[in-house]
Amino acid sequence: MAEPMQPFSPEDLKRRRRRALMMALALVALVVIFFVSTLVRLGGQVAERAL
Amino acid sequence: MSSGTAHTAPTLAASGGQGTAGDYVVLLKPRVMYLVVFTAVAGLFAAPGEMHPWFGFVTILCIALGGGASGALNMWYDADIDALMTRTAKRPIPSGAILPGEALGFGMALAVASVLMLGLLVSVPAALLLAFTIFFYVVIYTMGLKRRTAQNIVIGGAAGAFPPMISWCAVTGSIDPGAIALFMLIFMWTPPHFWALALYREVDYGNAGVPMLPNVAGRDATKKQILIYTLLLLPAAAGPVMTGTAGWLYAAGAAILTTRFLHDAVCIWKATTRDAENRAARSLFRFSILWLFALFALILAEKLIGIPAFGGLL
Repeated sequence: MAEPMQPFSPEDLKRRRRRALMMALALVALVVIFFVSTLVRLGGQVAERAL
Repeated sequence: MSSGTAHTAPTLAASGGQGTAGDYVVLLKPRVMYLVVFTAVAGLFAAPGEMHPWFGFVTILCIALGGGASGALNMWYDADIDALMTRTAKRPIPSGAILPGEALGFGMALAVASVLMLGLLVSVPAALLLAFTIFFYVVIYTMGLKRRTAQNIVIGGAAGAFPPMISWCAVTGSIDPGAIALFMLIFMWTPPHFWALALYREVDYGNAGVPMLPNVAGRDATKKQILIYTLLLLPAAAGPVMTGTAGWLYAAGAAILTTRFLHDAVCIWKATTRDAENRAARSLFRFSILWLFALFALILAEKLIGIPAFGGLL
């Protein structure tokens, strides 16, 4: 029978938390980039769009 | 860089997730990324036309991410030979910090994200060029040429030469003679730069079974090839002037720096002992990095100061 897997050590968990945080920050950055790009692309013409 | 935590029993951690954020940064080959970003910024400024600074930033970010993706995929594929060379043995995959599958997933995700982002936000032609660059570096160079031919660097060097062409294309939407001139600067620089490194790291590449020119054709042939490619670098250095991309400041700087490059190549060619060859090769390798940065810095400086480019012949 296969030996049961040991749980993550506190050190492993700390590393994983940091990595998850970095990934969350990357996703937030992606949202900001698309949001700002939309604003810049629309520019002053945002008020002139067809309603 | 972290190393894997030692456990006697199998752990969940052994199935992945061991790498730190720093390990992932190493996967992106940050030193290569400096060059990619710098040359891409120069291409962005050198291109005729206007671009909103925000989209200039997005373009450079996408090119940097695409370059990082190429680095990660290259480390994934080359992990076996990286483990055999002292220069690369401490990279995250051979050291056990990151599993090969994790590096592959990371590299693929970055590659797709960078190409999609550039295409959606800035320019479709530039995004296609970025996709081709990643494909060229990973599939043509890393998987195809690197382990098969001693001319790997000559053709593979094109991958590193694309960034200024991509940023130029993001501004103009086309590939003009000026963009090709910037491409040629890096393309012709790559062989003498890497063969100088291979000359004094000959044993390392030999151990890993990578067919670099000194191991395959011998040191004399390598010295001759370095000189030939340095001579070919002369017209490449004149390219930005000929295409009307650069002005007098670049022309003067490029003339002085390329003369020194040629001097170092002649020193390698004339060296008679192994020690003298290694010394000269080390000197050329270091100077070649400065040469490339300086030439692109001169192009950038001219655009920032407002020095007009020559009329151009092409």
